[in-house]
Amino acid sequence: MTDILNTLALIGNFIIVPGLAYGSQLALGALGITMVYGILRFSNFAHGETMSFGAMATILITWALQAQGVSFGVLPTALLALPFGILITIALCLFTDRLVYRYYRSQRAEPVTYLIVSVGVMFFLGGLIRFIIGPNDQIFSDGTRFIMKVQAFKEMTGLSEGLAIKTSQGVTIITAIVIVTLLFWFLNRTRTGKSMRAYSDNEDLALLSGINPERVVMIAWIITGTLAAVAGTLYGLDKSYKPFIFLQLLLPMFASAIVGGVGNPLGAIAGGFVIAFSELIVTFAYKKVLAYLLPLSMAPEGLMQLLSTDYKFAVSFLILVIVLLVKPTGIFSGKTL
Amino acid sequence: MSNPLLRVDNLQAFYDQSHILQGVSLSVNSGEVLSVLGRNGAGKTTLLNSIMAILHKRTGSIIYGDQEINKLPPYKIAKQGIAYVPEIRGIFPSLTVRENLEIASRRGREGASQQQWTLDSVYSLFPHLRERAQSGGGKLSGGEQQMLSIARALMTNPDLLILDEPTEGLAPLVVKEIEELLTALKRQGLTMLMVEQNLGFATRLSDQIVVLGKGRIRWSGTPELFSSESGIQRTWLGV
Repeated sequence: MTDILNTLALIGNFIIVPGLAYGSQLALGALGITMVYGILRFSNFAHGETMSFGAMATILITWALQAQGVSFGVLPTALLALPFGILITIALCLFTDRLVYRYYRSQRAEPVTYLIVSVGVMFFLGGLIRFIIGPNDQIFSDGTRFIMKVQAFKEMTGLSEGLAIKTSQGVTIITAIVIVTLLFWFLNRTRTGKSMRAYSDNEDLALLSGINPERVVMIAWIITGTLAAVAGTLYGLDKSYKPFIFLQLLLPMFASAIVGGVGNPLGAIAGGFVIAFSELIVTFAYKKVLAYLLPLSMAPEGLMQLLSTDYKFAVSFLILVIVLLVKPTGIFSGKTL
Repeated sequence: MSNPLLRVDNLQAFYDQSHILQGVSLSVNSGEVLSVLGRNGAGKTTLLNSIMAILHKRTGSIIYGDQEINKLPPYKIAKQGIAYVPEIRGIFPSLTVRENLEIASRRGREGASQQQWTLDSVYSLFPHLRERAQSGGGKLSGGEQQMLSIARALMTNPDLLILDEPTEGLAPLVVKEIEELLTALKRQGLTMLMVEQNLGFATRLSDQIVVLGKGRIRWSGTPELFSSESGIQRTWLGV
């Protein structure tokens, strides 16, 4: 019995808790991608760098607050800075749209043109970010590090395996729930939200119904900027902020959006968790789990890891390929690519 | 002579390299129904798309009320009081029936002659839609979707209703229902511009018939005159 509880604690500590946090981050990122895809109808490769920019803006404000001696008690100061980070990211999105994408809208460019343009925006933003904050690691989390420590869990339960919950993980999950709830409330309950869904469904008919496309596009960027800043900051809080990581994050985020059905917000969330848990399940070393569950004589010698964590991005890639082969519209039937 | 609500003058429209409309002129009088007849590829849908600015490569003048609308984007044209019921995909499939109607809802022009449509009055005209209010638009049958498409157009409280083949692909019973509905709307004084292939339907409903062939107007007149024009019908409609 203790063996089973220990196994559960082990899985909780290394798969479930990190999976929920990472899944929330991917879901928020994928929601931003799906929002741009649903309204502006292109795959926004600059979304990773937009997240990075949002995290950077939040970090700079966090430092400014910390320099003023402002803190948020047990919670990270970055949460206080986040609203400013969001506003700055929204401004960036609207500025980029005004400067770049609007021109291509007026030209009625093909989606592939937008996609390549967004790659250009991605490189530009990546450069800008490194120019401002540099390419190095930035750690900006403060406050209490843990909600639950390994030691405290062990003492509480008497198990030999511990379960730790980092503050950043708790903050990530709760913030994600709040943001997603607000987003769904907006899309399903407000008139503007409904007209955005209508525009995503059938652009021509939305225009013929008197929906102003420029307004819809503006609101889409506001939502995208908000999601990007939140996702980037949460990822940075949880793992530390490295500018280059956001380029790598593009793959699991696109995989999440596509697995769930691109253009479908519910799908983006489901996809985020599918990808996060797949990565963790495949790269987890099952040695200790098997040691608990199997008789002593059969205890494995190796790590019992299906795939080294170095290859975790291959998991998203594989899932992406399988989904595109078997059900290209994704689990929740989004738009076909 | 009654005043025209919509006047199209020497409209030329292009699609890629093809010159689809080669100088089309017509006018729809207030309170009247005008039907445009023609074969597939005659340019009927192009005509409607050009009026609504969905097709923007066009020249000529389009005057609605006393305003020139050819430079306006589609959503502003719609806001002038023109509602469009497209041939297919006239609804938002991922929105519920009720949401489809709600987002279209707009107050009509001040002093409009017709009644102001509300969710309630539209539901009493389409009792079936009230029953399906919470269903997703995409889950409706073809006939129900066409009803919703017309209902959605009414919710914008239009002065001019444009319909692209409202009976296309529908069962005879549904066609009859739509005819009764449009007749009732006509009686209330709603002006309509319609593209049709169903001659009986069009002639019963219309005050004016225009025959479009290969991008030009080949004939126009009253439905009574049209019925006796078997030559026109054979040449341009293949009847």
